[in-house]
Amino acid sequence: MYAFTHHSASSVSDAVSTLGANEDAKFLAGGQTLLPTMKQRLAAPPHLIDLGKVKELRGIEVQGDKLVIKAMSRHYDVATSDAVKNFQPGLAELAGLIGDPAVRHRGTIGGSIANNDPAADYPAACLALGATIVTNKRRLEAEKFFTGLFSTALDDNEIVTAVEFPKADKFKYMKFRNPASRYAMVGVAVAKTGGTVRVAVTGAGSDGVFRWKAAEEKLAQNFEKGALEGLSIDPSTLNGDIHGSREYRAHLIAVMAKRAVAGA
Amino acid sequence: MPTVSMNVNGRQRSADVDPRTLLVQFLRENLRLTGTHVGCDTSQCGACVVHIDGEAVKACTVLALSCEGSNVLTIEGLANGNELHPMQEAFREHHGLQCGFCTPGMIMTAVDLVRRKGNNLDEHTIREELEGNLCRCTGYHNIVKAIAAGARNMSSMPQSKAAE
Amino acid sequence: MGTTGIGASIPRQEDHRFLTGKGRYVDDINRPGQAYAFFLRSPHAHAKINSIDTSAAKNAPGVVEVYTGDDIAADKVGGLICGWLIHSKDGSPMNAGPHPVLAQGKVRYVGDHVAVVIAETLAQARDASEKIEVEYEVLPAVVDLTSAQSGAQIHDVAPNNVVYDWHLGDKAAVDKAFASAKHVTKLELVNNRLVPNPMEPRAAVGEYEEGTDSLVLYTTSQNPHVARLVLSAFIGLAPEHKFRVIAPDVGGGFGSKIFIYAEETICVWAARKIRRPVKWNCDRTEAFLCDAHGRDHVTHAELATDANGKITALRASTKANLGAYLSTFASSVPTYLYAPLLSGQYNIPAIYAEVKALYTNTAPVDAYRGAGRPEATFVIERLVEIAARELGQDPAEFRRRNFVTTFPHQTPVIMCYDAGDYDASLKKAQEIHDTAGFPSRKAKSESQGKLRGLGYSAYIEACGIAPSAAVGSLGAGVGLWESAEVRVNPIGTVEILTGSHSHGQGHETTFAQLVSGRLGIPIDNVSIVHGDTDKVQMGMGTYGSRSGAVGMSAIFKALEKVEAKAKKVAAHVLEASEGDIEFKDGKFTVKGTDKSADWGTIALQAYVAHKFNGQELEPGLKESAFWDPTNFTFPAGVHICELEVDPATGSTTIERWTAVDDFGNLINPMIVEGQVHGGIAQGVGQALLEAAIYNDEGQLITASFMDYCMPRAHDLPSYAVGITTTPCPSNPLGIKGCGEAGAIASPPAVINALTNAVGHENLQMPATPERVWKAAQGARLRQAAE
Repeated sequence: MYAFTHHSASSVSDAVSTLGANEDAKFLAGGQTLLPTMKQRLAAPPHLIDLGKVKELRGIEVQGDKLVIKAMSRHYDVATSDAVKNFQPGLAELAGLIGDPAVRHRGTIGGSIANNDPAADYPAACLALGATIVTNKRRLEAEKFFTGLFSTALDDNEIVTAVEFPKADKFKYMKFRNPASRYAMVGVAVAKTGGTVRVAVTGAGSDGVFRWKAAEEKLAQNFEKGALEGLSIDPSTLNGDIHGSREYRAHLIAVMAKRAVAGA
Repeated sequence: MPTVSMNVNGRQRSADVDPRTLLVQFLRENLRLTGTHVGCDTSQCGACVVHIDGEAVKACTVLALSCEGSNVLTIEGLANGNELHPMQEAFREHHGLQCGFCTPGMIMTAVDLVRRKGNNLDEHTIREELEGNLCRCTGYHNIVKAIAAGARNMSSMPQSKAAE
Repeated sequence: MGTTGIGASIPRQEDHRFLTGKGRYVDDINRPGQAYAFFLRSPHAHAKINSIDTSAAKNAPGVVEVYTGDDIAADKVGGLICGWLIHSKDGSPMNAGPHPVLAQGKVRYVGDHVAVVIAETLAQARDASEKIEVEYEVLPAVVDLTSAQSGAQIHDVAPNNVVYDWHLGDKAAVDKAFASAKHVTKLELVNNRLVPNPMEPRAAVGEYEEGTDSLVLYTTSQNPHVARLVLSAFIGLAPEHKFRVIAPDVGGGFGSKIFIYAEETICVWAARKIRRPVKWNCDRTEAFLCDAHGRDHVTHAELATDANGKITALRASTKANLGAYLSTFASSVPTYLYAPLLSGQYNIPAIYAEVKALYTNTAPVDAYRGAGRPEATFVIERLVEIAARELGQDPAEFRRRNFVTTFPHQTPVIMCYDAGDYDASLKKAQEIHDTAGFPSRKAKSESQGKLRGLGYSAYIEACGIAPSAAVGSLGAGVGLWESAEVRVNPIGTVEILTGSHSHGQGHETTFAQLVSGRLGIPIDNVSIVHGDTDKVQMGMGTYGSRSGAVGMSAIFKALEKVEAKAKKVAAHVLEASEGDIEFKDGKFTVKGTDKSADWGTIALQAYVAHKFNGQELEPGLKESAFWDPTNFTFPAGVHICELEVDPATGSTTIERWTAVDDFGNLINPMIVEGQVHGGIAQGVGQALLEAAIYNDEGQLITASFMDYCMPRAHDLPSYAVGITTTPCPSNPLGIKGCGEAGAIASPPAVINALTNAVGHENLQMPATPERVWKAAQGARLRQAAE
């Protein structure tokens, strides 16, 4: 790591004002992506604003017809939360598939979505479920929040404070892991709310998480895995690497989507 | 340099540290607790697993400064004097270690697993839960056996100790 | 002492310290006043170095010194060596290019050592390394074996990048046999490049003791005496009597810690330069870039069979990638550790192998668990499996028909198998595995939309390396004996000083079991001392499954001497003639009398020397021995892999694994089984998961665990391990060795099972989900067409 100054934030406003006061400062949430990146000297923020002690960013609760997960809720918290399990069991399941047990004790939902790694799991859930990203400044639809590889709509001086999930009738996330990194090589989240179906794909898109609209249309007519039979995705829009070619990923998206529908 | 204070294995410890000091460096270099190992740079091997406030974490991916005021348990703090913790004993009995380098992290992960999933662990669960711990020597066979046995034996421990 | 002697599965003596975090690995060692080394490594696979400017780095905070290849040359520090001279077909010696410890004018792989920064802290050393300015002139990189001979020349001494073009066997006899064969099976094989990845990365602390003008090196070594020999005699850092090498607890090796590397060399050299200890700890990415890799062969192989389904000949043509420089034992791996094993467990009248070893702009390749023998086993066990399938025969029966059944058996490729019962292992493996139940398990899998396959591997290996004169005649630069010293203390406790080195194998237990059983003393009264050249008289180290067969044989021999000496002492103490003294269960008795003395009494008497004349019988009880084996040992066995494939994704799940091995006599079956488990896991890793991949520019794409797939617990099954035993006739304990067997046996078992599942043979390692999916697709398409 390169040298940096460590700031321990006491509140959201403290965090934001520290961010404003220090050029190129970065928030440190769970650190499970940022710290390895810094260790490899691929990131060099001169200031780190540690959110670990910000109590107001913790907590999970159902408010009326939505589930509110505050930004510093760890994957472990989400995976084991009764509120989440009751509200949307597939979301708890997804959180339990992120990283490994020790990583889930540190990594947070806010950190995950603010980083928008193209192989991360939460962005797929946010898109499929039509989540709202709440920041210190505004509320953003997930669709508008994720803007491409490792990029989001967050402004300077903006911090994710919570993610709100509306209730879906059915939701399932199927993940095919990269055998080495264990990130999603392909992850498909399928959500059905009334007559609306959303299918979001992570791990495969050359521009990050995306919705598979063709599949959504088929499934809206008939929410059965058979509805996706013969449907394929154009490999040229996907990402290929040593672990899986574009063609293989395209194939896996269809397989995982069918399995998600069957399991939803 | 800022100061960090934390409780490690029951003792209050504090030191002035470079902010980039990771918890594992603080343990190994400042406190000379060298049982916590570093086997990779990408938070995957799990040789560095310790407990912070009772939960397993990778000490290579936590800043020492983030642990201000925390309770940290390392492999050195697990045994009760000369009496091995049941999980340590199970690793010994079932030959769950060879070179010993991954062992501290394996054991700390296993103890945390019992906290989360209880004393009756099937093979499939144990294997899935070892996602974040690599061993190159044992082929995992005896580690899996040891964890199942250690978990069972932990059920007879006093509650407070088992929770650690 | 039956409970702790040979054959007892006792828990390990060394475990307590590892379980409690009290192991002492090199990185746990800190010396007063130490500075830290960080290596600036080449970002290019192949480049000329036009200039290096270290001035800014030297002025950076905390920097003690910065060294480059010029400093190495000025100090006349010798280059790293390759200790096994191979001659090409035409009789010419191999083309060994120089291997300087810091680059001299040219870099030859990504990670090649360009400069070292030594600073007060590691962070400062790393920070300063970024201030070194190197002007490179990038040259085309040679990465791929298939094009290496036509690529840019890497070493001046090696035209077409050929290290050697070697062969073994009777080509004319083989050609003749193929000409008259009823059936010929042909195969193209890739033996994928692997990164050893012991969990403990390499580390070193070098120290200079000014008062005695001597050097100390703490290092993660499998063979500290060999390291000292090379650093002294070839690299020339200090003579051996002024040089101490300590290899304390070492966290796994698998071959990669046999070799003498640049970093360790520099640490101890620089310690003398700056008059301070110098510490270096390898991070995992550096380990990926710079530890010697393993395997990396491309082979065309053919098997000839006659009308009766008997194998008549085998031929193999192999290209072996040795990387950018010849590592310590690199040249021996694709030659004498490979081709002599091509006969497998079979009676094959004629064998011919030719091996072209090539330089490429990749990390050096050397021995990795099994070293040459996994490559050979993959060739023969894929060939026989496919031959059986092509001939419409049961693969197990085909093997059985061709097994060697009488011993000793001289193969056409050097080896003389001394003992074995291959059919016994096959039978037992089939029983344990319930191969008879496979069809119904397969039907069940198919009913669930899954493919199921079963594959055999009947392996043999040559271990207990090795008779010194024999390997000398084949080009080895060293003898491969082992040494031991048995030091009995006056109170009867025993220290065993051994040249073997334990880095996970459990020598502190197994060696102590031998001593405890032999001397009839409690195992806690025995300590095993290893890994320190100042303590242990001499040693050749641990690799090639040699610690039991060779290392323990040396202890055995020293124990014989100790017992003989103790009997002389006992004769005086018991006032009897030496010939009447018997020793059993820790007690000396006089034949035909009730006179006796226990072990402790005789030990004490040996040292107080009151009961005998010190001029006629030397006081003390301490003996040493060297054991030079008379033959290799030949562990062999049968592994059966059964797996299930999800044809929709290509995911493979190993459902059952049976290993039946003949390791000769076992010292501690629990430890032996552990070695088998670990070996299988590495072999399954090679077959399904692991591959070191360089891109066309010579960048290692798989330079971390994010891209290099290490086997995890859920990638593997539990294993059923069985044992058959034919004692090894060439050593006193009848031991064959067990450390490498699993890694040697398992890759072909996996691929044979997978190809059985998907219904055709075109599947290379690692059989990743995508490759398996494509293979399964191919099978489906063919089925549909049929």
